[in-house]
Amino acid sequence: MNAVPQRDAYDVVVIGAGPAGLAATASASAAGLSTLLLDENPGPGGQVWRAIASTPVTARDQLGADYWAGAELVGEVRASKAEIIHRATVWSLDRHLEIGISVGGASAFVKARRVILATGALERPFPIPGWTLPGVMTAGAAQTMLKSSALVPDGRTVIAGQGPLLWLLAAQILRLGGRIDRILDTTERKNYLAALPHAFAFVTSPYFMKGLAMMREVKAKVPVTTGVTELTAAGEGQLAGVSYVAGNRRETIPADLLLLHQGVVPNVNLAMAAGVEHRWDELQLCWSPVINGDGGTSIEGIAIAGDGAGIGGANAAVVRGRIAARAAIEALAPAAAAKLTPMTALKAALAQAERGRAFLDTLFRPARQFRIPADDTIVCRCEEVTAKDIVDAVAIGATGPNQLKAYRRTGMGPCQGRLCGLTVTELMAQARGKTPQEIGYYRLRAPVKPITLAELAAMPKTDDDVKAVVRG
Amino acid sequence: MHRDYDVAVVGGGLLGSAIAWGLGRLGKRVAVLDEGDIAKRASRANFALVWVQSKGLGMPAYTVWTVRASQAWPSLAAELKDQTGLDVCLQQNGGFHLTLGEDEYEQRTQLVTRMHNQVGAADYRMEMLGASEVKKMLPLIGPEVSGGSFCPFDGHVNSLRTFRAFHTGFKAFGVDYFPERPVSAITRDSGEFRLTTPQGEIRAHKIVLAAGNANQTLAPMVGLFAPMGPTRGQIVVTERTMPFLPHPLTTIRQTDEGTVMIGDSKEDELDDRALKHSISAVMADRAQRMFPHLARLNVVRSWAGIRVMPQDGFPIYDQSETHPGAFVACCHSGVTLASNHAFEIARMVAGGALEPELVGAFSARRFGGEGAANNSGY
Amino acid sequence: MFRRSDQDKRPSLQIFVDGVAVEAREGDTVSAALLASGRDVRRATAVSGTPRLPYCMMGVCFDCLVTIDGVGNRQGCLVPVAAGMQIEIQKGKREIGR
Repeated sequence: MNAVPQRDAYDVVVIGAGPAGLAATASASAAGLSTLLLDENPGPGGQVWRAIASTPVTARDQLGADYWAGAELVGEVRASKAEIIHRATVWSLDRHLEIGISVGGASAFVKARRVILATGALERPFPIPGWTLPGVMTAGAAQTMLKSSALVPDGRTVIAGQGPLLWLLAAQILRLGGRIDRILDTTERKNYLAALPHAFAFVTSPYFMKGLAMMREVKAKVPVTTGVTELTAAGEGQLAGVSYVAGNRRETIPADLLLLHQGVVPNVNLAMAAGVEHRWDELQLCWSPVINGDGGTSIEGIAIAGDGAGIGGANAAVVRGRIAARAAIEALAPAAAAKLTPMTALKAALAQAERGRAFLDTLFRPARQFRIPADDTIVCRCEEVTAKDIVDAVAIGATGPNQLKAYRRTGMGPCQGRLCGLTVTELMAQARGKTPQEIGYYRLRAPVKPITLAELAAMPKTDDDVKAVVRG
Repeated sequence: MHRDYDVAVVGGGLLGSAIAWGLGRLGKRVAVLDEGDIAKRASRANFALVWVQSKGLGMPAYTVWTVRASQAWPSLAAELKDQTGLDVCLQQNGGFHLTLGEDEYEQRTQLVTRMHNQVGAADYRMEMLGASEVKKMLPLIGPEVSGGSFCPFDGHVNSLRTFRAFHTGFKAFGVDYFPERPVSAITRDSGEFRLTTPQGEIRAHKIVLAAGNANQTLAPMVGLFAPMGPTRGQIVVTERTMPFLPHPLTTIRQTDEGTVMIGDSKEDELDDRALKHSISAVMADRAQRMFPHLARLNVVRSWAGIRVMPQDGFPIYDQSETHPGAFVACCHSGVTLASNHAFEIARMVAGGALEPELVGAFSARRFGGEGAANNSGY
Repeated sequence: MFRRSDQDKRPSLQIFVDGVAVEAREGDTVSAALLASGRDVRRATAVSGTPRLPYCMMGVCFDCLVTIDGVGNRQGCLVPVAAGMQIEIQKGKREIGR
């Protein structure tokens, strides 16, 4: 693995080494395109196949077949001619396809003829009272520790929320001998009815049997409370308990660890900072890039594949990675493209992989009260801004997230809105009686992740740049 | 919407807000018409200095106006705090312009001399200090710092909180704020102005054009003239750090929150969505040479903003002869001059006429049709 | 809060947390090692000083900020441990030059 990019320019630069990025890299490289794969983590796999090349979990069945499915693709990429750089932070991408990369405290720029963004997803913010307390984490955080360090919860542990990942995590924790005291299921009862029209596609999808088996496995060992409509993490400087309302009963249970999950949403920061057009997705309740069938975006040369293009899951991400790569190959090396799997076959595979998605999206559509908090609940974790602060800002004239920044500093901390952006949009939409699309999102700019001042200072500069700054 | 107002202020940025707040404070019925969430807003892109030194070369009256603003800032900050509870964190213990190397020191010395020699300018005690003297006041400067100019009147403020305080405050005064209502046309009919917006018409007896660079197109609708020459500036900002910088600099300041702002560039570009990293690199490089400790701090954000800039760099305050009751106000230093706008300009607008002895020099008549761009307006 | 599964056979190594020797495993991130240590590793925020622990463990939330080998505000969840690494729990704002 290289420490820095070996060249100034590549045919294809892929950002993110999860399912979509690995698939895109494998295809592009196999077609003879010079390919660079950049990834922030110490090893390949993204989140879903996190630490697949290094996990200390040796009992393979404990992580499940879907996890190990990634091994083949990782092998393929490693055997390819593609350059792979891990622990690389991509902090800038612009419409000229110039990419700013920070590796080991130094920055470099590379140019690409095609960029495939495979930046995946992050967990949807779950802004309940007390969600900033030590002891409250995302379910994905626990899963990351489980996969990469074989760490499991051993205190009083509550898992709250909804969605397939929640059940998968619970099963994995139990298989590794970890402790779960209670699962609080926040799936709205009305969603079962709403999801019914999509049920046929789902029961005939690969998700169905696996999901059912996993839920049975977990429910046999852990008490599950369904229909949870309110949730609070309580404690002074440390989580002490979780209180909730289910049916008409309020209950408080002592807890050392609360793992929250209500689905995942596209990780849009880099794409948005590059200027890619996004729209509000009313079903998935998040911003998704506007893409064509090949993953192409509003910016010529930038494609998005995988969950970053709208949540579709790992299987779909692999196919979307191949589709985006194939489009790049068709443009840059048409002769090579002719020998590859035809696009029509890839599109058919994608339709198959996305089967059942509408059912999951509808069933696990998070409830309003878990997306749009009120009163003293913190919305912006970095700047410690509450829901009430935001509603107050609307009252003095804030029309959208950018004016809100001026009033309240939301989104101005190091996470750059990743943990508050969706909440801010929806909260302001509610307060103003507008749609999230009308409210909009933070205007994002590079650096999308922090780099040191020294690193910025070391970049190339011209006389004109100096003249623009030094003015006497 | 057909409410009749005493005054309609076009523009809800720092300048329009200050005037609207000042008018509300005087009991006027005021409407503020503003753009929406995505607008070119210098009010949220600025560097937040309350700055005196080096302003007004080529226009002595501007030095007088600036010193007056600087001196009125403490009462503005106090009033805002009393009214809204918001502390805008005004700090006026003097500020620096640091120089790197001997050439820059020499150039700055010449500038200071030229400022001193200006007839009719306010004496704001700007002086050159050598590196060892600077080090007594700014202990963390690096070896490349050759010295700098110091002015005891200089300072800075939390400009975003000031902006919020004006908006909170003018609401409390009963000012109506109408966002998402850009003004497309202004007419005057039987002694009343009618302002066309996408969401209806607003009527007012007087209007103040405070729409930044857009004043250039609005002013001629009411017989006024506001030639603008906007430029783009970039700023980078670091994560929060413990206090280390007791005085603000022209290009580096530590905010009350702890972040370090590093500015700024000047380009003839008007796309505020684009950034040049190579320019940020120059700013970062100079900042770490001035304060080597900064090198390890993380840059968390950077942005570009479009300066509101009258063509010669100096403020424009004017009133219409053809459309009595129409005023125009635009300037680059909306933070520094906020106190003047809130107290003086608001008072003059309320009274119906600008006072020549205070702001006569800032009439757009000085352009005689064409602006010249080489003075030190800021 | 967390414990290691018995099947983890990775070699152990020593890091120092506020000067105290702590055992970690090769391949742990700093944040994982801290959470596995059983110690009180809560940082205090730069805004209000309230205590926090890592939240997302995937590099997006910045609640894992920690001083590593004298450099403040590093994302502990993205940095692998190394033998002898000096880790300090950050209380409040980072100090200039650290």
